[in-house]
Amino acid sequence: MAEEVLLMKGNEAIAHAAIRFGVDGYFGYPITPQSEVLETLAEQKPWETTGMVVVQAESEVAAINMVYGGAGTGKMVMTSSSSPGVSLKQEGISYLAGAELPCLIVNVMRGGPGLGTIQPSQADYFQTVKGGGHGDYKLIALAPASVQEMADFVGLAFDLAFKYRNPAIILADGVIGQMMEKVVLPEQRKRLTDEEVIARCPWAAHGKQEGRKINVITSLELDPSIMEKRNIHLQQKYAEIEANEVRYEEIDCEDAEYLIVAFGSCARIAQKAMELARAEGIKVGLLRPITLWPFPSKAIAERAKQVKGILTVELNAGQMVEDVQLAVECSIPVEHFGRLGGIVPDPDEVVAALKEKLIK
Amino acid sequence: MKQEIIIAGFGGQGVLSMGKILAYSGLMENKEVTWMPAYGPEQRGGTANVTVIVSDERISSPILSQYDTAIILNQPSLEKFENKVKPGGILIYDGYGIIEPPTRKDIKVYRIDAMDEATERGMAKTFNMIVLGGLLKLRPVVEIESVLKALRKTLPERHHKLIPMNEEAIRIGMEIIKEV
Repeated sequence: MAEEVLLMKGNEAIAHAAIRFGVDGYFGYPITPQSEVLETLAEQKPWETTGMVVVQAESEVAAINMVYGGAGTGKMVMTSSSSPGVSLKQEGISYLAGAELPCLIVNVMRGGPGLGTIQPSQADYFQTVKGGGHGDYKLIALAPASVQEMADFVGLAFDLAFKYRNPAIILADGVIGQMMEKVVLPEQRKRLTDEEVIARCPWAAHGKQEGRKINVITSLELDPSIMEKRNIHLQQKYAEIEANEVRYEEIDCEDAEYLIVAFGSCARIAQKAMELARAEGIKVGLLRPITLWPFPSKAIAERAKQVKGILTVELNAGQMVEDVQLAVECSIPVEHFGRLGGIVPDPDEVVAALKEKLIK
Repeated sequence: MKQEIIIAGFGGQGVLSMGKILAYSGLMENKEVTWMPAYGPEQRGGTANVTVIVSDERISSPILSQYDTAIILNQPSLEKFENKVKPGGILIYDGYGIIEPPTRKDIKVYRIDAMDEATERGMAKTFNMIVLGGLLKLRPVVEIESVLKALRKTLPERHHKLIPMNEEAIRIGMEIIKEV
């Protein structure tokens, strides 16, 4: 049978993909523009089919701590929210990173700061890749640019999270969450049995067994000399992730004289801008980071040898641009174009920015 | 083939669902489609609009600067989108919602009195399908059969008896649309 092609919103795709991937639990609290994740799960009632637990928690803080509890038992658990809600979750995210618990967090970003707007934004880039919560930690951050990737990255995020015992985050925005596109969902998988969970996560808290020492899940360690060792271990793990898991897409870069670096919805807008610019004879290429951490610094540095300048297009006041500047070590001009507070630029604005800031 | 369409009007006029039906119809023909709503307070009594792109090839931006076709159902939307129609493009407006008609000369302007027609025939709920019929007359983006297929697929079984009325609405729209 041919794969069934469906039409749905990015948020709906996240929910369906979670059920299909055999996720054990979802804990969330509604907030625009990601409410369809919880709505779709409530509609699909996966607790009647796969046995997946779905809880509308009393708050975002409760939801992330439910994730902490579920992840501590080695189960596949997730939460989703939008910017202000994800801010509330930061304490829990830092604890999850500290306790090395695999899980998935989804942020469908909206305009900030504060409660801001409900329209699309990418202003949580710093929060996602530079910390957000306290302490030296990293999240594996995936940035989908289509509804298909919203579906695909659920499985990818969990695979990476469990491979490295680290929280993963899907960083989307209101455009990707709200738009409808074609999508092919993953095959329905069975949820892991308890035995399979124990085999996969020997470190998890799944009940004391004969002949095994007690598994303790905690981020607390009062002896700084042990805590330093733990931090060094984390840093070694992060270096391994940086070496192995960088993902990006390049479009029309071979002959490019200028490069746009953009992720998520901005990469889509930039792609159209690129088509328009190329029609005017401006040779521009697009590099789209798929993992925001680990960041494709090497790939950008490599392209910097060939192009005259780089423009980042972001729905923020200039965040990822700093990582691009670091990547190219200021060898060529790196400029930023962004709209703020929930305003999304159209492709013409991007072309105009390219001309004004780089080509001059 | 690639059609970049904006549909704009008041919230509650069926703007988003018309776009959805168009997108689903494209899906029925294995075309690439995106449906991008201006979501938010717009939907609660203010203006509502949705960008629908139907294409044979992979679609880049769901957000556009200019459109091949604009379907305009109220005055504020006309003011917002009239100058965003590509030169040589099409603007369709419903006479009921427009006090000052479009003035551009470098695009083709069509009028469809769908609201009046729907009210007269007691088919108010199929207003947006009349408009869709008008669009399909001018821009056969998708086959009518695909629209019906999409309706069968997306409407709950209990509403399937309404499909013939929707088909009639599409045909009415095709008849009553006229160049201005």
